Amino acid sequence: METGTKKPIDPKQQGRIYELTHSPGQFAESVIEWIIRICGISAIVFVFGIFFFVFREGAAFLFGGLDLVQFLTSTEWYPSSVSNQRYGVLALIVGTISVTILAMVIAVPFGLGAAIFVSEFCGPKLKEVFKVVIELLAAIPSVVWGFIGLQVMNPLIIKYLDAPIGLSVLNGGCILALMSVPIIVSIGEDALKAVPDSYREAAEALGASHWQVVYRVLLPAAKNGLLAAVLLGTGRAIGETMAVLMATGHSVNIPTSLLDSVRTLTATIAAELGEAPVGSDHYQVLFIIGILLFTITFIVNLTADLVIKGISTENDL
Amino acid sequence: MCNTPRPRLTGLLLVLAVYVLLLNGCSKKDESTSPPPPQKVVIQNAGSDTMVNLAQAWAEAYAKVSPNVSIEVSGGGSGTGIAALINGTVDIANCSRKMKPIEIERTKKNTGKEPQELTVGYDALAVYVHKGNPLSEISIEQLANIYGEEGTITKWSQLEIQYAACANDEIIRISRQSNSGTYAYFREALLGKTSDFKLGSRDLHGSKDVVELVSSTPCAIGYSGMGYATKHVKMLKVSKNTGGPSASPSVENTLSGDYPIARPLYIYSLGTPNGEIKKYLDWVLSETGQSIVSENGYVLLPKE
Repeated sequence: METGTKKPIDPKQQGRIYELTHSPGQFAESVIEWIIRICGISAIVFVFGIFFFVFREGAAFLFGGLDLVQFLTSTEWYPSSVSNQRYGVLALIVGTISVTILAMVIAVPFGLGAAIFVSEFCGPKLKEVFKVVIELLAAIPSVVWGFIGLQVMNPLIIKYLDAPIGLSVLNGGCILALMSVPIIVSIGEDALKAVPDSYREAAEALGASHWQVVYRVLLPAAKNGLLAAVLLGTGRAIGETMAVLMATGHSVNIPTSLLDSVRTLTATIAAELGEAPVGSDHYQVLFIIGILLFTITFIVNLTADLVIKGISTENDL
Repeated sequence: MCNTPRPRLTGLLLVLAVYVLLLNGCSKKDESTSPPPPQKVVIQNAGSDTMVNLAQAWAEAYAKVSPNVSIEVSGGGSGTGIAALINGTVDIANCSRKMKPIEIERTKKNTGKEPQELTVGYDALAVYVHKGNPLSEISIEQLANIYGEEGTITKWSQLEIQYAACANDEIIRISRQSNSGTYAYFREALLGKTSDFKLGSRDLHGSKDVVELVSSTPCAIGYSGMGYATKHVKMLKVSKNTGGPSASPSVENTLSGDYPIARPLYIYSLGTPNGEIKKYLDWVLSETGQSIVSENGYVLLPKE
């Protein structure tokens, strides 16, 4: 700006420079900067705060009394037995993982396919309709999804798959897939939209077909964003409570087929925390399950970070 | 490209429209229970899922008797109601089981008041099967063998029936989540205090859900209050021993003691009830209050 004053300048620009240097903004600016900084730091504080409180509630039993090996390897979950309480969460972990994997097997191809279609192939009219419908899908509360699992899917599965009961991995997985598809579609579509149009134009100028542009140019360029979409979808599936509580049958059981009922970690916390007397072993075990869920999500996110880093260094070479 | 801001706006409006509809649906319900006269007394009431319909019916009828008192009822299970009583967040808790000594102890420690027990009616636990099921009676022994940890009955054919609608013959056990008073009572009635249920039952979160799931699942067996019966399910007669005399869940059989799985229903209050709470509880025990008990499919207190 000092160099600017040496040259002759037109009055319009002078006014603008005057505004920039002498506006009352300097103080306000530093205030705003601090507010933004506090917002940024608060996110970290909240995460650690939540982890601290969850950990504190469960810590006493985690380090005194709980047999960690039995906790992680036993399938016997008898928290409210009168004579012999047993806390084994293996079946719950397997339940969570099986339902999540099935949900992702269904949701990822559908979600990414829909994102590519909406962003690259469909006309503006159809796109409007699609976005509205997908946003509506995301707005359905999870209890309603649970009801659909219980009242609609259950009889259908019994009728057409000849299963004794329709509350199963399959039912829960389908419901969770429907719940994560909107997230994968919206974020995936944003990622594809963020690829500069010049990439598409360059590829088309080289004679690439529409599908080649998508496959060779857009997907590699939007890789990180698409991975983030999938991971957020996975996070939704792992963290979902009410819908899986109703759709999976809530049955402590190691599944051997898609038609077996299971119970998930989150549903167990939801169903039992209200009852457990504060401070009792059962109460603390539920918080330890919370720590376990925290750890699982952390591992998923860490893996994702490492994968993204791996991808970007590959690109650098 | 084809990205105008309009679709987002339209989407938002649609979502808003749905929300407004939902909100309207909710607020209509509230109108009946909460007209706003001054100095309104609110009695908070939570607990047993078995009793939530009954408590709701009481609250609605009592709003006419005494318009300046509003009773806010919520369910969640006997354990939830007791937990709320211990925390002092409710005035009265509905309970389909007795409070445990440790819970009474905690209540005293936390609130300084001793919970007072009041028996308000009886509930017979019905054993439900799909309406196409040929079975008509079952014994406590057999039920213990189906539900218990050491039980051996897993197939319908073991109960000596041929059941074609259930293709693979498997008995699908439907149970309740473990904080439910119904669960605790049924376990004790079947297995005593020392044994547990077999894992792998489908644990549902409400009395009504059990009946609904049984009505849509041919292979299922489940238990729930007899007040929740619908015409899509069948209630079994229950006998103490296999081959012994069996009784259907009914008001007469419960009062005469012939029906083996019936239990009292309680309301717990914090300390000796006084003021509006006392008036309400007296009304519950009055003839009007008790007639609501039988209207909802429960068994009223025997007349002294």
